[in-house]
Amino acid sequence: MKLKQKLAISDSGFIFDPTTGESFSINQEGLTILQLLKEGKTEEEIKKIFLNEYDVDETVLDRSILDFISMLKNYNLIENGE
Amino acid sequence: MEKKKFERPVIKKVQIGMPSKFGLKSEYAPIKEIDGVPVKDLIQQYGSPLYVFSEKTIRETYAEAYKAFSTRYPKVQFAWSYKTNYLNAICKVFHREGSWAEVVSGFEYEKALKNGVPGNQIIFNGPYKTKEDLVTAIKNHSYIHIDHYDEYYMLIDIAEELQLRPQVAVRVNMDTGIYPQWSRFGFNYENGEAWDIVQRILISNKMDLVGLHCHIGTYIMVPWAYSTAMNKLIDLFLGIEKKFNKHLQYIDIGGGFASKNTLKGAYLPGTDTCPTFDQYADSITSTLINSSINIEHLPTLILETGRGLIDDAGYLLGTVHATKRLPDGKNSYITDIGVNLLFTSFWYDYKITPAQEFGPYTEESVVYGPLCMNIDVLREYVQLPPMKKGDHFVISRIGAYNNTQWMQFIMYRPNVVLIDTDKKTHIIRKKENYETFAIQEQIPEHLK
Amino acid sequence: MENNICIAVSGLNATDNPGPGVPVARALRESKSFGNARLIGLAYENLEPGIYMPGIVDKTYQVPYPSVGSENLIKRIEYIHEKENIKVLIPNFDAELHAFINNEKRLKDIGIATFLPTIQQYEERHKANLPEFGKKYNVLVPKSMNITSANDIAKISSAFNYPVLIKGKFYDAYVAFNDEQAIMHFNKISSKWGVPIIVQEFIRGTEVNVIALGDGKGNTYAAVPMRKLYITDKGKAWSGISIDDEKLLELTHHIINSTKWRGGMELELIKTNDNKYYLLEINPRIPAWVYFAVGVGQNIPETLVKLALNMPVEPFESYDIGTMFIRYSWDLIVPMEKFQILSTLGEIEND
Repeated sequence: MKLKQKLAISDSGFIFDPTTGESFSINQEGLTILQLLKEGKTEEEIKKIFLNEYDVDETVLDRSILDFISMLKNYNLIENGE
Repeated sequence: MEKKKFERPVIKKVQIGMPSKFGLKSEYAPIKEIDGVPVKDLIQQYGSPLYVFSEKTIRETYAEAYKAFSTRYPKVQFAWSYKTNYLNAICKVFHREGSWAEVVSGFEYEKALKNGVPGNQIIFNGPYKTKEDLVTAIKNHSYIHIDHYDEYYMLIDIAEELQLRPQVAVRVNMDTGIYPQWSRFGFNYENGEAWDIVQRILISNKMDLVGLHCHIGTYIMVPWAYSTAMNKLIDLFLGIEKKFNKHLQYIDIGGGFASKNTLKGAYLPGTDTCPTFDQYADSITSTLINSSINIEHLPTLILETGRGLIDDAGYLLGTVHATKRLPDGKNSYITDIGVNLLFTSFWYDYKITPAQEFGPYTEESVVYGPLCMNIDVLREYVQLPPMKKGDHFVISRIGAYNNTQWMQFIMYRPNVVLIDTDKKTHIIRKKENYETFAIQEQIPEHLK
Repeated sequence: MENNICIAVSGLNATDNPGPGVPVARALRESKSFGNARLIGLAYENLEPGIYMPGIVDKTYQVPYPSVGSENLIKRIEYIHEKENIKVLIPNFDAELHAFINNEKRLKDIGIATFLPTIQQYEERHKANLPEFGKKYNVLVPKSMNITSANDIAKISSAFNYPVLIKGKFYDAYVAFNDEQAIMHFNKISSKWGVPIIVQEFIRGTEVNVIALGDGKGNTYAAVPMRKLYITDKGKAWSGISIDDEKLLELTHHIINSTKWRGGMELELIKTNDNKYYLLEINPRIPAWVYFAVGVGQNIPETLVKLALNMPVEPFESYDIGTMFIRYSWDLIVPMEKFQILSTLGEIEND
C-alpha cells in the first residue's frame, strides 16, 4: 500500500492532492494513519501502533482501517498498481 | 500509560462552497446521561433499544404550560390526550398534576377509568364512539363531544332508553387561515352547521349542552390561529347566551401546539421556530378576556395539549449495530431502532446524539434501522461524529405518539423506563417476549 | 466614542448572487467615523470572496449555518466576541436574521449592539404575510396565496391568471406560465428553502427599488430610490440608476413611519403604467447594492452603526440623481494556504 507520492499532508489535518486539485480534511486518527503510510509503514505495523496507543479492540480497529483505506482508494489517494 | 480514546479514522473532501464543519467546535455535546442516570447503565440494565421517560421533565413541562395559562386566565383545566401517550404510568403523572383525561376510543376510555379518573373528568372525543361506549360514558357523566349528526341521534335514543341526560359539547371545525384545514371532525362553523346542531340540542332538551370544542390541527406554528378559532367559538357562545339565555360551562380549544422537533423540509430547526406556551396562552386567553362575555360567566378553558407536554420528556436510546460504506462513499449506520419504534421519524428530522465523547470531526451519514425494508431510515442525511459498532446514541424529543403508534414487526418491542424525580428507574412497560404474542394466537385443531 | 471599534459583518459572498457584507464593509472603511474600525467577517462558506479580498475585513471567522440552530450560531459569536470585543454586529444574510433578532438582548447584554427590526416587524413583512401587511398599512400589494403542497398548484388557475410568480420563503422567485412550470418551481424552491411557497399575481410595469434606513421611531434616516438597468439571470441588479421619484420616497416614508421600522431595508416595488406602486417585497436588511447609496451621498452602514451605538446623527435629506452603478467581476489570486487555514482552523487573518 503506497500513498500518492505528491500528496501534501499538513499537521492540521488538511490534505492536498496537487495532481487533481482536490483537498480533504481528516480527523486525528486518519491523519496518523496517513503519516505512517507516508513513512512507509505496512498495514500490519500501523495496526500494532494503534493497538499500543489507543483503547480499541482488534476487530473494531481492523474494520475501521479497512474502511478508511477503502475511502483513500475511493478518493484516488493510493498509488496506482496497488 | 493510559491509552487514547479511539475514533474511527475518517477522511472527507473539503466541500467547495459548502460549509466546512471542520475546525469549528462541535455543534453539540454528547448526551451521556438522562436526569443524572448514565445512558450506559440504562442500556446495560434494561437493554437496547430502550425508551426512557423523565418524570421530572413531564412535571416541569406541565407546570410551565399550566402557569402560562393560569396566570392569564382564572379557570383553566388541562385534559391529558391519551392518544399521544397512553402508557398508564405516564397518564398517572399527568393525572397527579391535575389533568383530566381526553380519550378518543372505548379502549382509551377504559384505560382512563382504570387509571382512576372519575367519569366526570373524562372528555370523550372522536368520530367513532360505539353505542356501548356512549352508554358507559353517559352513565359515568363524562363529557361527550359530538362529532356528527348520526352520533347526535344515537345519543337521543340512548338518553330516552336510559332516562339519563348526557353531558355534551359540540365539536366545531372552521377556517382559521391555516393549512390544512381540519374539516372532517365536528360541525362546520362557516356554513352554519355548528349553530344548527347547537339549536337542535337546546330545543330538543334531551341532553345538557355544557361546552364547545374545536381542535384546529396539529403542529400549529402560528399562535394567532388559536385566536381566530377562539373568536368563532365565542361567537357561538354569545349566540347561545342571547337566544337561549344559557351560559356554557367550558370552551375546549383542543391541542395541536408544536414541539421543538424539526419537521422534514423545514429550513430552521424547531428549537428556533416553535412558539412558547406563553405565546399560545397569550393568543388564546387574550381573545377570551377581551371578548364581550360577561366576566361572571367566563367559561372554563380546557386544553388538550398532548405533543407539547410529552415530546421533550421522551428519549429513545439505541446502539450502532454496524457501520457500512455505501457505494457512493457515504457512511451509513445500521442501528437497532427501526421506524416501527419511531413512527414519527416519517415527518420529523430527529436529533441523534452520540452517548459518548466525540471529537470535532463530523461526517455525512445515513442512519438506518434494523428492519429488512428499504423504508427503514431514521435520517437520510445527518452530520454525525464518527461512531463505531457498539456505540450508543440518544434520540431526543420522542415522547409523543411513538408509544401509541409503534408497530410490532419482526421483533419484540423493548422496555420502557421511567426515571422518577429521585432519579430511580422503573420499568413502565416490559419488553415483549414470545408469550406476549403466543397468548393471543390460536391454532385450529387440524393444524396442531 | 473612539473610532477603532470592532464591527462584525456577515454575508461576504460577493458572488453573482451577492450578499451585502462586502459593500457594507467597504462603506465603513470609507466612512469618516469608522475608517479605522476593526472589521470582522463572519463567513458561512470557505470560499466567500470577501474573506480574501484585500482591504475589506481584517479577520474572518467561520460561523455555523442557522439551520443547525441559533444556539450554535450565538455561541460561536460569543466565542468571537471574547477575542475581538465586537461593538456592533451587522447581519447580512436573510436566514440568520431570525436568530439574531431573537437573541438581540443576549448579545446586548455582553456588549454587542445590533440595529435590527423587531420580531413583529420581521414577521409581518414576510412574503407570506404580504396581503395582511398591505391591508394593515394601506399599501398596494399584488394578490398572493401560500401553498404548502404541490397538490395545491391545481388551485392556481382558478384564483389567478397565468403567468404567476412562484417565490420561496427566503430566496428565489420564478415566473410560471402554466401548472407544469409552477410544479417544477415549487419542487425546486421547497427542496431548498422549505414551505410555504408563495404564489403571487404577476404585475406588469417597471421594477423600482428603494434602499432605506429607519430609526425604530418612525423616522427615515436614509432613502435612495433606484431603477435596475440590467438584471442577471438570478434576478440581481448588475447595474442601476438613482431616480428622482417623490411619490416613491413618500411611500417609503409612509412605510417606515407606520411600521416604526428599525434598521436597514430594501423595498421592491412595481410601478405600473398608470403610476401605481405595488409593494412586492420588503427585505428586512441592507441590500447588496448598498454601496450605490454611499456613492450618491448616503452612507447607510455608517449611519446604522451610529444609530446602533446611540451616537448623534442626522438623517440624510438628498442624494445625487442620475448616477449609475455597474457591477463587475474580478479574479482574485489566492494562495492555497489561506484556504487551508480557514478550512482547518475556522478563522483567518487577512493581510
